[in-house]
Amino acid sequence: MTTSHAKPASLSSVASARTMSQPGTTLLGTGLETRGVHAWFGKKHVLSDISLDFAAGTVTALIGPSGCGKSTFIRTLNRMHEFIPTAAMAGEVLLDGKDVYAPGTDVTKIRLRVGMVFQKPNPFPSMTIGQNVLSGLKLAQIKKSNTDELLESCLTRAGLWNEVKDRLDEHGGALSGGQQQRLCIARSLAVEPQVLLMDEPCSALDPGSTFRIEETIAELAKSMTIVIVTHNMQQAARVSDYTAFFLSDGGPGEMIEAAPTSKIFSSPQDKRTEDYVTGRFG
Amino acid sequence: MAERVPTAQALARQVRFHLSFTLSSLTVSLRVANPSHYLPMSVELSERPAPPAPREITTQPRRSDQIFRIIVTIGGMASLVILGLIALFLSIKGLHILTEEKLGFITGSAWEVITDDTGTIAESKFGIGAMLVGTFLSAMIAILVGVPISVLSALYLTFYANGRVKKFLISVIDLMAAFPSLLFGFWGFFVFMSSAEYWAKLINKYLGFIPFFDVPTPIFERSPFIAGLVLAIMIIPIVTSISREIFDQTPLDRIQAAYALGATRLAMIKAVVIPFGRGGIIGGAMLGLGRAMGETVAVYTVLNVVYQINWQILFGAGGNVASLILLKFGEAGPYEVDALMAAGLILFLLTLIVNAVADLLINRFGGKGR
Repeated sequence: MTTSHAKPASLSSVASARTMSQPGTTLLGTGLETRGVHAWFGKKHVLSDISLDFAAGTVTALIGPSGCGKSTFIRTLNRMHEFIPTAAMAGEVLLDGKDVYAPGTDVTKIRLRVGMVFQKPNPFPSMTIGQNVLSGLKLAQIKKSNTDELLESCLTRAGLWNEVKDRLDEHGGALSGGQQQRLCIARSLAVEPQVLLMDEPCSALDPGSTFRIEETIAELAKSMTIVIVTHNMQQAARVSDYTAFFLSDGGPGEMIEAAPTSKIFSSPQDKRTEDYVTGRFG
Repeated sequence: MAERVPTAQALARQVRFHLSFTLSSLTVSLRVANPSHYLPMSVELSERPAPPAPREITTQPRRSDQIFRIIVTIGGMASLVILGLIALFLSIKGLHILTEEKLGFITGSAWEVITDDTGTIAESKFGIGAMLVGTFLSAMIAILVGVPISVLSALYLTFYANGRVKKFLISVIDLMAAFPSLLFGFWGFFVFMSSAEYWAKLINKYLGFIPFFDVPTPIFERSPFIAGLVLAIMIIPIVTSISREIFDQTPLDRIQAAYALGATRLAMIKAVVIPFGRGGIIGGAMLGLGRAMGETVAVYTVLNVVYQINWQILFGAGGNVASLILLKFGEAGPYEVDALMAAGLILFLLTLIVNAVADLLINRFGGKGR
């Protein structure tokens, strides 16, 4: 396998400047960076040389047409990529400056710090709403004494508390799709991740639920770093501080441009980005 | 999963389903929802025009579909008819023995036929109590030992073994399922018995204060314990492959959700795979139980058939219903054959009960993780 290291995208300096002034950012760490990330499925090269910084406390949207490698990229960030048989990767993913792929790394600890919300809401059907929220503690064998408090705060931050506070003992399957997705967000908050990856979290939801989730993202961005994959460009414009545009011309997916969101949507540097965000293709 | 295990219940249910479909195919009528439900509570009914009565919804199935339905129904009915005929045959032959022996047939343990000089039967006594106890004990031991091993090996095959090892092991286990039970019996008798006897002595020595593990005289050979262990080995393949199949179907998104929360593989299996597969494990265990209860040759080879109720599993005395039938069938006169049929009928009913209980358990505990 070949690895080519490119310089990280230039938005890191802008981002850190912004977050430095924010209060309570000490828990955030120093963010997530990727250096020359490539990905393969078998012999197929699907992602080429992605170097991108996600500064602590920012929301970064990954946009691009289907099959451009956005989801694959986001899954390399918390090492979910390797669950697919034949999947391979090259390059580095640095969390607080440490490579998450370094030999001897406990992958479960990485996933505790880099949480993930999936495209399809996937609460555990054998557990109640309350158990679902706290399931991460059980799964990762974390002991917590004040779980009631944690339960309430996670559900509140996910914007679900008022809707479910009287039925925490019901099973998660009884909720609507949008509520289930917010339950999944609450579940990933319970283990207090530094980074939250969201892989098209609203693509299966109606506009009302989408709106609630976007509110939730805005709320969460105060306390964590968020990376969101979306097909909805208005959504990217609404929720994110930075936007990265991915594209595949039939070969492996590449990152065409990454910049502050307002810049991507108003004055993109690359013609292809402009064509995409103005709806000329994709 | 329960539906994929071809139990008698499942078949009967299918047949019932097909039957009801055939009968109602010409006019399938459905009641649509009660229209009054659509009205808000505050609106008085008189202000609105009365809703129409629900329509009768019918369909005219095509000829090809009707013909196929008949063929499928015949297929479904065939197994039920055969099962029914066997039950009928056993009842006709055996029922008069049951009425003569009454409850003693189940509670008693003597099995004697005394003939006088001319060959006519002077006195007879039939009771299968000891055999029922033996059936129960050896099947229970088989389940208690066999199911955990099966579940563990299914988990290993699904989540730990890779590539070639997995393929090889799966084919070995499938081969085990097709292995003649007589060979298990031989192996159990000639090879396995001596080790198992040693374990039995150990258990007796240290846990002998528990009545189950006590023995009246130190005879540890050919005990229900050893027969149960041989049966456990025999049911492992079927329970393993059923558990493995259900574990394989665990939804990937739930597995990923668990891993994304920082779960170890063990934690993921406990939180996602086991709740999902519980119904399948119970179904597989019940199928194994059915096989263990009905097993004839292996038990006959290993177990020392004694006509006396024995609850002490380490003691070399027992027998099960099926092995009794095998033992007596060759030399039995017509009257005794009828008694054996009656024993067969009891075994048949017992199997039905086990299957019904399995269905109940799956409905009660299996659905929650889905």
